Amino acid sequence: MPRLRGAAYLLVAPAAAAMLALGVAAGILAAAGADPIATLRDALAYGLRPETLVAVVNKAIPYYLAGIAAAVGFHLRLFNIGIDGQYRLAAFAAAVIGAAVDLPAPLHLAVIVAVALAVGWGWAAIAGLLLVRRGVNVVISTIMLNAVATGIIAWLLAPDRLGTLAPGSNNVTTPSIPESGWIPAIPTPAGELNGLIVMALLVGLGYSFVLARTTVGFEVRAMGMAQPAAVVAGIRAPRLALLAMAASGAIAGLVGLPQLLGASHRFGLDFPTGLAFTGLSVAILGRNHPLGVAIGAVVWAFLERSAQVLDLAGISKEIVTILQAVIVLSIVVAYELVRRLRVRQERRAVAVAVEGLPA
Amino acid sequence: MHLRRLASLAAFVATLAACSGAPADSGVTVPPSARLQKIAVAYDISGRGDGGFNDIAYNGAKQAADELGIELQEVTARLDDTDDDRAERLRLLASSGHEAIIAVGFTYAEPLKVVAAEFPDVAFAIVDDGTVEAPNVQGILFAEHEGSFLVGAAAGLKSRTNHVGFIGAVQIPLIQKFEAGFTAGAKHAKPGVEVEVTYLSQPPDYSGFGDPPHGREAALGMYDNGVDVIFAAAGGSGAGVHEAAVASNHWSIGVDADEYVLAPEAVRSHILTSMLKNANVGTYAFVRAVADGTFEGGIVTYGLANGGVGYATSGGFVDDIRDELDAFSADIAAGRIAVPETP
Repeated sequence: MPRLRGAAYLLVAPAAAAMLALGVAAGILAAAGADPIATLRDALAYGLRPETLVAVVNKAIPYYLAGIAAAVGFHLRLFNIGIDGQYRLAAFAAAVIGAAVDLPAPLHLAVIVAVALAVGWGWAAIAGLLLVRRGVNVVISTIMLNAVATGIIAWLLAPDRLGTLAPGSNNVTTPSIPESGWIPAIPTPAGELNGLIVMALLVGLGYSFVLARTTVGFEVRAMGMAQPAAVVAGIRAPRLALLAMAASGAIAGLVGLPQLLGASHRFGLDFPTGLAFTGLSVAILGRNHPLGVAIGAVVWAFLERSAQVLDLAGISKEIVTILQAVIVLSIVVAYELVRRLRVRQERRAVAVAVEGLPA
Repeated sequence: MHLRRLASLAAFVATLAACSGAPADSGVTVPPSARLQKIAVAYDISGRGDGGFNDIAYNGAKQAADELGIELQEVTARLDDTDDDRAERLRLLASSGHEAIIAVGFTYAEPLKVVAAEFPDVAFAIVDDGTVEAPNVQGILFAEHEGSFLVGAAAGLKSRTNHVGFIGAVQIPLIQKFEAGFTAGAKHAKPGVEVEVTYLSQPPDYSGFGDPPHGREAALGMYDNGVDVIFAAAGGSGAGVHEAAVASNHWSIGVDADEYVLAPEAVRSHILTSMLKNANVGTYAFVRAVADGTFEGGIVTYGLANGGVGYATSGGFVDDIRDELDAFSADIAAGRIAVPETP
């Protein structure tokens, strides 16, 4: 019976959040003068086409990687705002080195991925070291490091340095990576699936394995659940924080690869930016759980894809941004409410057991 | 900003409502084209309502659409768009019956290469890019450096301190073309003039296009430093530069549109001129060509010679030097003055 109730609680929170978000969306649509039901139906019809679903999954891949990167930090209450700078710097370095070396396919890819991992790892480790050695808040240091990363890339990505400017183009890019460094797309009847989905799945599996089956994973979970107890038990908090930041950065380093290796094969002024905040939201949505983050990433991508239809209907697609914010907020609130409910019931159960009070 | 968004949303919904009712009477005699029914504009990040480049591109498409009595659809990009997202946006437009599609901004170049091949019967135009080679794609480029040369010359001639300034939105090649032309023009018109240059942000931080307070601070710093004319090639941030010009009683120069006309009454007295980038000429010509069946793929460059760029005379502040500026303009158009494209 309690088990069943637990499962019900697990479902109640997301369901309540989804209902709330839908209600708010309908309200906003109505306020904007559109027919909420017809609009949502159109968006859903477009969103559920097979072609769109493939596109949704492609869009969800970087979101998932960013979400896992954020989740690694969240376990230790570290807000890695620096995912943005980490993945941009990592993708830039990977693009430059990937274009500069010429190796057989598997080795070429390995070098590119290793560079991305290493740069993300190193860039985040700076924030980790500042925290451990000097007590600098990670939020502050990573935001500043984002700005520094932007400056470094802007300086290096110039036609007379590491960038090139094609005639007639206004887009400075790094040279293209030779074909041995591409990851081929997976063909499906409804379009091409980005081949980096395999890497995203591996990262998800690795994350859940480390968290559930290794000593480090246990330490991380222990710190997250009860920091004083974990410290008393001999877990070295600073070492763990540094490790978590660097690991978060290494995973963040992979966020740009679906675009770099699966699509553009070069880094330019049009490289997507701002994926970090999506990652943070997706990690919150998925409660840091490997599967939950995946669901969060897909939901997020689905909303953004479906939003393209709103433009055609003459409705501002900023509505989707509002919708996303409402979902995250209501998820947080719903989980907190459910948690309080559970605590109260547990207390009552304990009271019944200890004092024999009637339930 | 929000109010304006809301207002434009309301206006748009109202337009939609009007469209779904009786067909709007455009009052123009040109009959609706049998071939062309729907056209679309896909904007870059800032979207329409930026009071600058996106709006001008829209104006040309809108004018053509009104004359032809056809439907105009608009969509806007997001900051975290991947090439996939942009491609999907264009695909959505092409597959929903839009036969002429204008993509504003070079970020659409890679996606367009893919989508143009998928829809050979749809005519595409891309503004500010000339790298898409396809029979159904027209690259619309502007000689921003030529127009900037003229306002640079105006700045040089009007400066009493022999010290002029350039404030760019973001340090990207596109904006550096403005800088190159401005500097060349100022030095050509008045040898020995000093040109101070600053950019409000670095890519991929595009905030420099919409940050008036930042523009104001940068401009005040320059004016304090002895500069007395500033060219603000900074999109929405230019409003801050104009404010600073009023506050310190110096000149500022607008960009893309004739900013004297658009600016609030209070700052007009200090807007010397504006560098006009007439994207509407390009988008209008594209839509008309598709409608007339004369559309051809390839690159079209709009410069001084064909009215794609120029300088504004509203306010009459440059009336005394118009002869000189027009002489420069003629020299550039005829190839007697070569204007550099990079600083």
